[in-house]
Amino acid sequence: MSDILLSGLDITHHIHHRPILDKVSLTMSRGDFITIVGPNGAGKSTLIKVLTGLITPDQGQVVRGDGVKIGYVPQKMNSEASLPLTARRFITLNQPSLARFDEVVADNGIAPLLDKQMRHLSGGEWQRVLLARALMDEVDAIILDEPAQNLDLTGQMQFYQRLDAIHQTRGIAILMVSHDLHMVMASTKQVVCLYHHICCSGAPQAVTKDPEFEKLFGQDMAAMMAIYHHQHDAHHDHHHHHDHLCDHHSAHGEG
Amino acid sequence: MFVDLLTSDFVLRALMAGFLIAVMCGVMGCFVVWRRMAYFGDSLSHSALLGIAIGLATGLTQMGGIILICLLFSGLLLWLSHRDVLTTDSLLGILAHGALSFGMVLLSLLNIRVDLHALLFGDILMVLPHDLGMLAAGAGLVLGVLWRFWAPLILMTINDQLAKAEGVPILLMQIILLFVMTVTVALSVQVVGILLITSFLIIPAATARPFARSPEIMAALAVVIALCAVVAGIIASLLADTPTGPTIVASLACLFAISAVTSPLLSRGR
Repeated sequence: MSDILLSGLDITHHIHHRPILDKVSLTMSRGDFITIVGPNGAGKSTLIKVLTGLITPDQGQVVRGDGVKIGYVPQKMNSEASLPLTARRFITLNQPSLARFDEVVADNGIAPLLDKQMRHLSGGEWQRVLLARALMDEVDAIILDEPAQNLDLTGQMQFYQRLDAIHQTRGIAILMVSHDLHMVMASTKQVVCLYHHICCSGAPQAVTKDPEFEKLFGQDMAAMMAIYHHQHDAHHDHHHHHDHLCDHHSAHGEG
Repeated sequence: MFVDLLTSDFVLRALMAGFLIAVMCGVMGCFVVWRRMAYFGDSLSHSALLGIAIGLATGLTQMGGIILICLLFSGLLLWLSHRDVLTTDSLLGILAHGALSFGMVLLSLLNIRVDLHALLFGDILMVLPHDLGMLAAGAGLVLGVLWRFWAPLILMTINDQLAKAEGVPILLMQIILLFVMTVTVALSVQVVGILLITSFLIIPAATARPFARSPEIMAALAVVIALCAVVAGIIASLLADTPTGPTIVASLACLFAISAVTSPLLSRGR
């Protein structure tokens, strides 16, 4: 099996005639931990949907490695109150195999939740159950769309620790959209700044020094991150796309 | 004397037709409640009038006309709803009342006399042996299809994006669900009437909801509740000489009221 799990090549997509993604290319290989950041309306969720096959892009292609299995954790979903459903039933629903059930339950600490109704779970419990569901299959990678956006600070920290543990111990590659860059700085190996196209990408410590990052998130955020990685001193390689300036895409407007 | 009446052919046929509709609508109705398809069911049944008119005009029989028009209606709705022109509820309103009105106009133009009261409120006591065969086949088809695709349909109901990302063919599942819903409404509408079919779908499922911990239990309870209402309604309508369809629905409404009052006491954690 090849080391490339999933790659998107020159993905261009429009929604209601507005350009959302412009020739975005992204590759996820075994061992990767990629975090996509970007302002609202930058196309982060659209990119995730293209990569998971939820949307067929206008142009470009998504190639999944042979036999590669990818789990998906959507944004916080609403539970339909009229549908009675325990967490156990949700996790095991429509799964090809339940062989890993006990292991997944133990790893994610969800045993006390199994017999609760889904609609009675808190935001943090929901995310743990969704993550457990994604891990039931023997997956090579997990794709997450702002998994922690509705959690409180403690919940966010616990969730990202859990994600880090999955990455470290099971070697599952991770690709996620997150606003909580300060929380994932230590775990993530690559940060991709997206604003309709990829503005900059590289190791988190390097990306946050990038002028493009500063342009996207403002000086305050960049300065905050600079302080952060000063504490976690490290050096990584870093790619920076000077051929595209984020600026000339701002003309398309926010949204 | 009353026992003789209860065991007479037409009452036994009514009971059997009621049972088949209870089983079909009990299970299908859960999806109607979960996926908020109540208005769709209502619209579909309104379009049945056009089906009846066309069936009578072309010699397809009422049932044939209803099935044809209901399937056309669902297909048209599916096509229009993927074109992002209007919201689904507006489209449904247009299609349903358009079809209803065309049906009335057509019946009038063809000078066909129909029992409008029976069309609107159903006439379960007039069910013929031939109708029972159709109902049994339809109930078997609906239950078989729902059984076969149960897990993906439930997953799609929880979250269609998650289902799609996990490889469930969403469009196909939507078509399958619309198809069995169409068959359910088309077959039931003659027996329970255009105005009452939606209540047969919604009330049993809604009554069962507080007592269920899983989708399967909810469906099973809904069937039991619908069966009870059919028996109670038919007996009560014979005793009190009231119209049977509305008496069954009134029984369902009473069961729902009991469920709504007692469930907070019984259903902690469900």
